[in-house]
Amino acid sequence: MVPFGGWDMPVEYSGLISEHMAVRHTAGLFDVSHMGELAVEGPGALAFLQGATSNDVAKLADGQAQYSSLPMDNGAPVDDIVILRRAADRFLIVVNASNIEKDFKWLSARGPSGCEVRNISEDYALLALQGPRAQDILQGLTTIDLRALSYYHFVEGAIGEWPVIVSRTGYTGEDGFEIFAPPAHAEALWKSLLAKGKDAGLLPAGLGARDTLRLEARMCLYGNDMDETTTLVEAGLGWIVSLDEAKGDFPGRSLLAEQKKAGPPRKLVGFEMVGRGIARHGYPAYLHDEATGHVTSGSYAPYLQKNIGLCYLPKAEAAPGTEFQVDVRGRRVPARVVPTPFYKRAGK
Amino acid sequence: MYPDDLKYTKDHEWVRLKGDRGIVGITHYAQKQLGDVVYLELPEVGRKLKVQETFGNVESVKAVSELFSPVAGEVAEINAALVQGPEKINSDPYGDAWMIAVKLDDPAAVKALMDAADYKAFVESESR
Repeated sequence: MVPFGGWDMPVEYSGLISEHMAVRHTAGLFDVSHMGELAVEGPGALAFLQGATSNDVAKLADGQAQYSSLPMDNGAPVDDIVILRRAADRFLIVVNASNIEKDFKWLSARGPSGCEVRNISEDYALLALQGPRAQDILQGLTTIDLRALSYYHFVEGAIGEWPVIVSRTGYTGEDGFEIFAPPAHAEALWKSLLAKGKDAGLLPAGLGARDTLRLEARMCLYGNDMDETTTLVEAGLGWIVSLDEAKGDFPGRSLLAEQKKAGPPRKLVGFEMVGRGIARHGYPAYLHDEATGHVTSGSYAPYLQKNIGLCYLPKAEAAPGTEFQVDVRGRRVPARVVPTPFYKRAGK
Repeated sequence: MYPDDLKYTKDHEWVRLKGDRGIVGITHYAQKQLGDVVYLELPEVGRKLKVQETFGNVESVKAVSELFSPVAGEVAEINAALVQGPEKINSDPYGDAWMIAVKLDDPAAVKALMDAADYKAFVESESR
């Protein structure tokens, strides 16, 4: 167990690689209850969120989810978030565990009018069932028609007698679900999911596999790959920045618009190690023998069986094929920029 | 889990005495703590090692760990096959996963290291 944002969380259960492969081939079950939930509710909720987030909230229908962020004037995110529209005037925002208080204060300080922002993180445990067998396994426990639930959509219903929100979202690069449940029932839900999925090969999976899975899918980790100093466009998240006129202004909009048009000064790129060595978070990177920043995420990739990572490089040197070096504890090891995502599931 | 014919260190390496050579690896406890091993770096043959000197690195998916020599002497042989397939460190830490053979400066010095019973007690006190 490791302490993480005030939670004791298992890094691995049966072994990181077997958990990682279970998610790619069958399914894995994660306890991600540390994630936070904020409610934004009231007739002014949509307008408030349009002015506080980077993506176009008006595109959401009831039961739809959207990846977005809370941008600042410098174009960098306070946090990356997922917004769920429960009703035209009721939104649920899923935020990173370490940012719950920060996000709540940030939104509150923007002076919500016609709506209320509440931190309801204590109301939900969150389990993520991820992998190609996730639908079969979950369907055995609920009358919700999961086949009818599209990617980035959710339903409010029940698993057995437990009231839940089931959302077809995740952080692994696989199909799967995130299940918001009352904390009092979380343990029972965890156990019944594991029992139901046992024959299919479902394994409980820890923080370690969560990190390697999301890295293979090139999903950013807040605090590593992006933070309050990296703009959304630099981080490759220009696609969650809506410049639609109807959305209107939000912090950092003009700067982000400029970067989307002209290109950012630096870009978060994916790379593979060419020489022997594993790049890890914080290792210095060198381009033409000059220091050029740090590895933001790096690991052995269990499915790809390669050593991969993410790193910011100057715009002019960020194209796939570019060679640079990673300082692995005093040894400069060659690395090469590659197209991302490193891993993409079949049929997607 | 801790064979009787080996000697052990507090850094979780083991030594098997073979004539004037000491064969070195890491223990079951060490591999368990590391998790799935995916990378191994060993020294060149011929390198002189002091006791406690770093002789390489072992990495699991999640962590990097230095390897400390339990003995003094010259590296006579390295397990090149293990560098290619370091996952054997998890499956067979005392057999196929030997790391280096050191021509010992003083074979008698190995006797001062912990025996299996002492090491087992040490590990139990550490994990408590």
